[in-house]
Amino acid sequence: MKIIEQKGMYKEFPRCGKPHARTTHYCPGCGHGIVNKLVAECCAEMGLQDRTIFVDPVGCGVFTYYYWDAAHISAAHGRASAAATGAARARPDAVTIAYQGDGDLGAIGFNNAFQAASRGEKFGCIFINNSLYGMTGGQMAPTTLEGEKTTTTPFGRDPALTGHPLHVCEVFNQLQAPVYIARVSVADTKRIMQAREAIRRVFEIQRDHKGYALLEILAPCPTNFGMSPQKAAEFCMNEMEKEFPLGVVRDTEKGVAGVEPVKHPESQALAVKSVPRFPTCMELFATPDGTEAPPVEDDPAVPERRFKFAGYGGQGILSLGICVAEAARLEKRHTLWFPSYGPEQRGGSASCSVVVSGMPIGSPTVEHPDVLVCMNQPSYERFAKDVKPGGVIIVDATVPLAVEPPQGVKLYRVPAIKMAEDFGVPKAANTMMLAALRAFKATGLKDDSLETALCASFKKKPQLIEKNRELLRRAEEELKS
Amino acid sequence: MTKFVKGNEAVVMGALYAGCELYFGYPITPASEIAHGAAKWFPMLGRTFVQAECETASVNMMFGAAGAGKLCMTATSGPGFSLMQEGLSYLAGAELPAVVVDVMRAGPGLGNVYPEQGDYNPAVKGGGHGNYQSFVLAPASAQEMCDYTIRAFKMAAKWRTPAIVLVDGLQGQMMESVALPDAEEPRPDFSSWAAQGEAKTRANLVKSIYLDAAQQEEFNIHLQEKYARMAADAEGTTYLADDAELLICGYGISSRIARTAAETLRAEGIKAGVFRPVTLNPFPRAQLAAAAKGRKIMTIELDAGQFADDIRLNLALAGLGEEATRVKMVHRMGGQVVTVDDAVRSAKEMLA
Ligand code: SF4
Repeated sequence: MKIIEQKGMYKEFPRCGKPHARTTHYCPGCGHGIVNKLVAECCAEMGLQDRTIFVDPVGCGVFTYYYWDAAHISAAHGRASAAATGAARARPDAVTIAYQGDGDLGAIGFNNAFQAASRGEKFGCIFINNSLYGMTGGQMAPTTLEGEKTTTTPFGRDPALTGHPLHVCEVFNQLQAPVYIARVSVADTKRIMQAREAIRRVFEIQRDHKGYALLEILAPCPTNFGMSPQKAAEFCMNEMEKEFPLGVVRDTEKGVAGVEPVKHPESQALAVKSVPRFPTCMELFATPDGTEAPPVEDDPAVPERRFKFAGYGGQGILSLGICVAEAARLEKRHTLWFPSYGPEQRGGSASCSVVVSGMPIGSPTVEHPDVLVCMNQPSYERFAKDVKPGGVIIVDATVPLAVEPPQGVKLYRVPAIKMAEDFGVPKAANTMMLAALRAFKATGLKDDSLETALCASFKKKPQLIEKNRELLRRAEEELKS
Repeated sequence: MTKFVKGNEAVVMGALYAGCELYFGYPITPASEIAHGAAKWFPMLGRTFVQAECETASVNMMFGAAGAGKLCMTATSGPGFSLMQEGLSYLAGAELPAVVVDVMRAGPGLGNVYPEQGDYNPAVKGGGHGNYQSFVLAPASAQEMCDYTIRAFKMAAKWRTPAIVLVDGLQGQMMESVALPDAEEPRPDFSSWAAQGEAKTRANLVKSIYLDAAQQEEFNIHLQEKYARMAADAEGTTYLADDAELLICGYGISSRIARTAAETLRAEGIKAGVFRPVTLNPFPRAQLAAAAKGRKIMTIELDAGQFADDIRLNLALAGLGEEATRVKMVHRMGGQVVTVDDAVRSAKEMLA
């Protein structure tokens, strides 16, 4: 093992467990060792050590934190690009560099790396391609060459069974966002000099916060190639470069095009607009949005009342429930509203529950409603039997009463759907039901609260407020007569 | 300021007041409203919302953001929570503060989107690999979904371990009044250990790897000692429990069913009370023992008995082996909710 004293590296490597260690853990002739040296040098020479956050992989590169003198986050296998996304978003002023191998990036973490590139995350990704898994013992990686023998392709990689080598740069070059994509090698001195320039470029792009950069570096792994360092380097140059040609695939700033950019209209994104000062939480949530309510007050004299509203989706069942809940919270009651949700809401039926009480509400579910409002037959048949003695059922007149309501339950048949049609507003059948609730004094809430709540529910369509207020009153008169 | 909002929205409000600066998330029912609220409100406050490509990405983005010294969160449900277990282990292993909200749905597998409490063990016992614990809070109302999210951030920062807010689909969808705090929490300073990309943090290293077995053991001992100290922040509450003959135990939504069941039983002359753990880890063992000593015990839960087993374990560890053997459970699974009728009937059977 070679002793390196290098710009940008710690003088000694005590993090490896030996206090005065001076050697790296890389095998002789390993590409990682050379790249580690180049990365450290560039970071130091550009004066970026204080600002840099290295995100380290799992693989042979796992221990870069022993060597590089800068802050490190050691990520899970495959997740360096996801972790780098988090770090770069958390610290936009930092220089974030993810370091990944071909198992880490090309296999388990490919989607994380690809999606980060696609989002144009502001970090640089240095990707070491040595055509196999190094640390775990030379297994096939997505980058393994056709015919290449590895411990999991003992007869050579057979494309018929395992596909062809994955060209990461070329795949990433299909994306719009990356500003820099290049492939270099560290197999000989000339190539090392080119790699050095490319690594500098990655740091430059991050220093200036230009965007996402990917640098693929072809690197020899003498140990798992089963070759001398010299032969491994030759394999890199002669075999790997045939499959993975070197060069700058894209450098948008220097006019090296990638994909032809699609013309998008100017981004309207809120986050990127410069705002002189963002509001505080208190300011944000003080802005009226229709969800504000007076503080709840305990009142033991107000009994608990449980409501169930049910019908077909599109009949305004959920908003009818919200209206009653809204009226209750105007009266400072403990109030709870709960919808049926999930696939249920996409199918035919919709239902919601409302609980109103003077005191804190226990169970949120409405097993035995005091008040049931039904707009269709299935919901009547499902819920009518559960209504509490002394309770009320209000059901649309179109619903055949196939089952008897329980003993002691008052049943009102209201032609809500027909009335709404007669008034020329078929969508307002739920307003008709609200009128019925008011006319039959079924809610225990004040008439005014219900009306205010109804008007509030049309806040986004103010032209409908007066219309619905009028409908509510006319319907109520008709129902009372 | 009081707002009438869904529990899921209350979570986002709490997170913002807590000083959470980054949200990473992947859509999943019934937790999606948390992402919707975050997508709207985080940018409005100059904070960051990122839609991740999968839950594995979300949790690892949190690893990066927390590693860089900022408060961050995600929210998910069953399948997504499973995918995050590896990440939770890494967060705990690197001693990073972060908050995960799990809005539980029915499982196993794809299951359905209705409420269940089947993620108890993975949340409370540490569902990922290795000896780690998360701080787990179980709100029971929209108000608590706001308040306990704030507490989750405080506990995550205090103990440098992930905090989980464990709720179910019903709570996420339920609208109730939420009184918002009067002030935002101060932002914690993590510069002593975080990789912030600043001169003062240049020597910092965020990692969960200890190659040397002795060092790894030492670190494990350190974690276990920390988790033992965490017990100081355990909380449980009781309701009508002082003279109770029967103690009904439940957390989250089940604690509310327990409350109504106890009131119903009292109205029929049966002395029932409620014990409710507010923190599931650390578990409020002492409070449970105080309330349970000499009582008959029944649990209400939306799982196959994960919670009841933990009640038994905690009773036994508190020296109440006798009581532990008498624990009975009323439960439903698959998205069905225990009714008050079920609970009352079972209680009467138990006492008969
Ligand atoms: S196994 Fe290969 S990649 Fe790993 S350190 Fe040795 S030579 Fe380098």
